[in-house]
Amino acid sequence: MTQTKYATQPIEGYRHVAPEVRVEGDVTVIDSNAVYYKELNEAIRGAVAGGAKHLRIENVNGQRYIGTGLAGEDVRIEVHGTAGNDLTMLMDGPTVEVFGNAQDGVGNTMNAGRVIVHGDAGDVLGYGMRGGRVYIKGDVGYRVGIHMKAYESLVPIMVIGGNARDFFGEYMAGGMLVLLGMNTQFADQPLVGSFLGSGMHGGTIYIRGTVEAWQCGKEVGIAEATEADMAELTPILADYCEAQGMELADVLKVPFLKLTPFSHRPYGKLYAPM
Amino acid sequence: MPTSLIQPEFLVKIDYDKCHKCGRCVQQCGWGVYSFNERPIPDDSKCRACHRCVTYCPAHCISIEKNPLAYRDNDNWSSDARKAIWRQAETGGVLLTSMGNPKPYQRIFDHLVLDACQVTNPSIDPLREPMELRTYLGSKPDSVQVESDSNGGFKLAEGAGMHNNIKLDTPIIFSPMSYGSVSLNVHKSLAMAATRLGTLMNTGEGGLHADLYPYQDNVIVQVASGRFGVSPDYLNRGAAIEIKIGQGAKPGIGGHLPGEKINKEVSSTRMIPQGTDAISPAPHHDIYSIEDLRQLIYALKEASGYKPVGVKIAAVHNVAAIASGIVRAGADYVYLDGFKAGTGATPQVIRDNIGIPIEIAIAVVDQRLRDEGIRNKASIIAAGSIRSSADVAKAIALGADVVAIGSASLMALGCHLCQSCHTGCCSWGITTQKPELTRRIDPEWGAERLVNLVHAWSHEVQEILGALGVNAVESLRGSRERLRAIGLDEQTCKILGVKPAGM
Ligand code: SF4
Ligand code: SF4
Repeated sequence: MTQTKYATQPIEGYRHVAPEVRVEGDVTVIDSNAVYYKELNEAIRGAVAGGAKHLRIENVNGQRYIGTGLAGEDVRIEVHGTAGNDLTMLMDGPTVEVFGNAQDGVGNTMNAGRVIVHGDAGDVLGYGMRGGRVYIKGDVGYRVGIHMKAYESLVPIMVIGGNARDFFGEYMAGGMLVLLGMNTQFADQPLVGSFLGSGMHGGTIYIRGTVEAWQCGKEVGIAEATEADMAELTPILADYCEAQGMELADVLKVPFLKLTPFSHRPYGKLYAPM
Repeated sequence: MPTSLIQPEFLVKIDYDKCHKCGRCVQQCGWGVYSFNERPIPDDSKCRACHRCVTYCPAHCISIEKNPLAYRDNDNWSSDARKAIWRQAETGGVLLTSMGNPKPYQRIFDHLVLDACQVTNPSIDPLREPMELRTYLGSKPDSVQVESDSNGGFKLAEGAGMHNNIKLDTPIIFSPMSYGSVSLNVHKSLAMAATRLGTLMNTGEGGLHADLYPYQDNVIVQVASGRFGVSPDYLNRGAAIEIKIGQGAKPGIGGHLPGEKINKEVSSTRMIPQGTDAISPAPHHDIYSIEDLRQLIYALKEASGYKPVGVKIAAVHNVAAIASGIVRAGADYVYLDGFKAGTGATPQVIRDNIGIPIEIAIAVVDQRLRDEGIRNKASIIAAGSIRSSADVAKAIALGADVVAIGSASLMALGCHLCQSCHTGCCSWGITTQKPELTRRIDPEWGAERLVNLVHAWSHEVQEILGALGVNAVESLRGSRERLRAIGLDEQTCKILGVKPAGM
């Protein structure tokens, strides 16, 4: 793991200047210190268009949209610092690894790729996400995994190592959400808030530990994960553990619950056509 | 007891003396009104008065009449109110309907008249003199830069802040209607017509079918709360991107395309499995404030190489303040949808009771943006029952840059306004996915009719401009002095910024 470099002096606003870019071996290094997101992302897109496959962005301090709309399965981006909102929104292929925390909207409407955050993340992760994987090490906020959907070979997967707040998996239409409740700063609190899976009409949520029925939306059925379920889940957990430097055996010590929707058409009977 | 207390709304009458017994009515009706036993036998209770059979009957022997005995007269308890109560007593459901608000609210456009030149200021003959309808959709610079051309004159400086504008040959565009709510042949008709007219069609929230890629330079791609079909490729294909917050026929509520309409093709453009409901949540869950809206606008710009991004909202009470926020958030246009706008499916109570008239919304938004000195930052698109070229001209005089037509364009394709789109059985092949019905619209035929309609309206707008003595639609924009009100109350006139006739 590369050593994280944080800003050494206080940052007074962002500057509309192109960031400093240098090449170290096969790594393109971009120093984003105090650079406005627009210029930073232009530099990232420019480097990728120029053939860079491995990028390291240093001194990131809340700049938005890193990796947004970026394509290329063989592109790898390291983000050192705190990634701003909408990290990897609409991304289509690359791998983005954050050595720090991420803010809101990670993986928003994402198509494909991998996002690994070695820290906590904010609200509304994976909104409308259609493919790829998001692995968060620690806690996440509200409305995480909202309206995730699957289509043919595209199946989004998100694994959260810590706790999650209310509306986890709201409107979920496809894909898989996994909540471990392990790497949390809120160990004295329930591992997930209320309205879990409310409006859910597709996909699967796995919870390591327990949830009460009152925490869940009325559309959600709760069952213990079967052997077949664990056979589906374990390779994903193994991949997550490898990415986050955790032991699979520790994760598997506690049994999982599987949450699925009662119906793919929760509102089919609500309406009376005139 | 009968299964329903609701009596047929229409009576289907066939003059059997004239009838050829050809069976065409049986085949044409999308709702299965007719059975055939030596001659066609109608079931009145299924009829929606879409007039498909009437139009196609070779003997002209079908007539459809309102059932005169269905409801006893009562001005307070209208037949609609009683029908609704019975339907809800039977089902316990939220009443689902479609198309636009049919209630007899005041139609402000019909109370506005335009000016003309007489004696002191000559009118212009649009047949012989140039009459410019070209309109630029997008954010305009605070000031225009010019540079000298090589002939000792001046020209607009390179870019001049206009590079992100879309050039339209007419101020009329097609409004968003998703593939799924309408058929692919309708989408193709609209896309082909938009390309030929030098204007725009709009995908609505259902994604862009590959068959429309050849027309993508004339397509606005929409991003709604369900994010259906939204991918980097989709955003990069459109001429502009539109964030849909609301629509006039159902302000404040989400969309819901029932699983039956999600066939293989629809599922491929929406990128969701077949047969599941396509649910658009009421809000975008990444937008809870103007700051969040700004974040999404710039995310879409970042993902698309800084294409123009517009925001569509339903016209509601506080529309001026909301529009101001949208413009400040960085939108290139604000799309205002009035409360008479059409839709493929909406709860009746929402359609008929929520939102404000488009005329009011245009006037207050235009005024607010002018007062705040940001009118140039964004264009205004107005929609929600634009019924004629007169409505186009009046909307522009009230302050719109561009109008969008949805219901009118479907009428050009044969829609008879039967308000049954939500059934998915449209006999005219418009709001349906059934192959035996969708093939009724040939895109080439559809495109031609749409081109004819917009050409006709554009010529009429030119006639109006000529009468007004101006030679460009730009000169009419926000020119409320050229409007007068007849029979509007003082407060409404004030809000519209229009004087009563005679003043
Ligand atoms: S289409 Fe007209 S002529 Fe033919 S069967 Fe029907 S009613 Fe008779
Ligand atoms: S589109 Fe079809 S179903 Fe809808 S109102 Fe028009 S004719 Fe009726």
